[in-house]
Amino acid sequence: MQALLEGLLGGGPVLTDGAWGTELQARGLQVGEFPDGWNLSHPDKVGEVAAAYVQAGSRVILTNTFGANRLRLGAHGLADKLAEINRRGVEISRQAAGAQARVFASIGPTGKMLLTGEVTEEELRDLFAEQARALAGAGADALVVETMAELEEARIAVGAAHATGLPVVACMVFDAGKNKDRTMTGVTPEQAAEGLIAAGADVIGANCGQGIEGFIPICRRLRAVTDRPLWMKANAGLPQMEEGRVVYRTTPETFAAAGPELVAAGANFIGGCCGTNPDYIRALKARLG
Amino acid sequence: MTDLKQLYDAIVAGDAKTARATTEQALKDGIEPLKLVMDHMAPAMGEVGRRFECNDYFVPELLLSARAMKSAMELLRPLLVASGAQPLARVAIGTVKGDLHDIGKNLVAAMLEGGGFEVIDLGVNVAPEQFVNTVREKNANVVALSALLTTTMPSMKTTIDALNQAGLRQQVKVIIGGAPITQKYADEIGADGYSDNAAEAVSLTKRCLGK
Repeated sequence: MQALLEGLLGGGPVLTDGAWGTELQARGLQVGEFPDGWNLSHPDKVGEVAAAYVQAGSRVILTNTFGANRLRLGAHGLADKLAEINRRGVEISRQAAGAQARVFASIGPTGKMLLTGEVTEEELRDLFAEQARALAGAGADALVVETMAELEEARIAVGAAHATGLPVVACMVFDAGKNKDRTMTGVTPEQAAEGLIAAGADVIGANCGQGIEGFIPICRRLRAVTDRPLWMKANAGLPQMEEGRVVYRTTPETFAAAGPELVAAGANFIGGCCGTNPDYIRALKARLG
Repeated sequence: MTDLKQLYDAIVAGDAKTARATTEQALKDGIEPLKLVMDHMAPAMGEVGRRFECNDYFVPELLLSARAMKSAMELLRPLLVASGAQPLARVAIGTVKGDLHDIGKNLVAAMLEGGGFEVIDLGVNVAPEQFVNTVREKNANVVALSALLTTTMPSMKTTIDALNQAGLRQQVKVIIGGAPITQKYADEIGADGYSDNAAEAVSLTKRCLGK
């Protein structure tokens, strides 16, 4: 398991991928339509996104399975397709990756809070185990628990992912507090590091929530408390509206210009989140070599 | 005699049991419900908001305090209604069409309820017509719109347009919020207000209503 990570990281920082949802929208995914359902209805389009990242230089690509857990699928009437959606997600990315990239399968949050009692720990354990098993069974190289805000939910998901025997990446969204260095529930980078590693994460980090400049201090703080590889996927700045359309102002070049500093701060896996596309990965590749 | 400081402290600490028990005792002691709300509970929620703003409190603490407030309000609301006291205003809240995320919306709803508003929670994926109907049928004074996705933000504008077309826009204040929302976007689509967190939503709503 560690061999895979060591092999990847042997030659320095590893480029991951960028956003998927916006890329799918560019290919016809409608507002409010559930992206993961496209693994069954539009596998060719999902494959195009995956392939675009591989071509841009991503050495790790994710899967279109962010919301493919029982709770979210259920909200879209797709609960009975859980195994298939996760399996196809891995297969589609695998086909695009070929020998050039590894497939790290995405596991996102449920969108329900333990805190409010909308969901119980036991339910979370079951549903993350179900998704993790489906992704592992389909042949994912690793699992990525991402975009987490609540530490307890993240820990449960990491535990379920760890139980498959695959390497586990776990990252949280730091977008709250005056310095944007806490998750929505107040978790600091240091608390996240301790909790996620104790739960079984091999790689920890941050994704979404803010632009790449904000990731540098967070990355530094994580590096100060752990030797584990760090995973960083920033947004292309914050979204703005322009003639009714959402645009992200940070250009691929500006984004990539922060790449070396992020590496200096300790990042090992670098990619993008909301607003980024294959151009951002290409620009990062040019900067980081 | 009840120590009403206990009620304030219980809400700030998010201790629902004590908040409720103290309220019960205070009512037995003959203290006016409205006085409990105005002099003790509302200031407590104000303190919670202040702590949130200076990063002492985060969402978990906010939720616990809102729940403590709610548990006390459950005892008071029937009495307030019977005495003819009106809620500050009636708020119709929901996550806009196409968006199924409800954490932020639920938080804002809890804070508004804690802040003395009557809240009609329409849930997630709420169509513009549903907001229109609620304003018309339930006489809501405020419409609160939530969106987490950049792709569903445009549904906020559609909802405001629908209120305009129904001729109801003048009688309601529209407030919006959610991760991708900015003041600039609020201005662009003609919303009356935006706040970047749930704690601030209460003061924002009051400000919009001129209260």
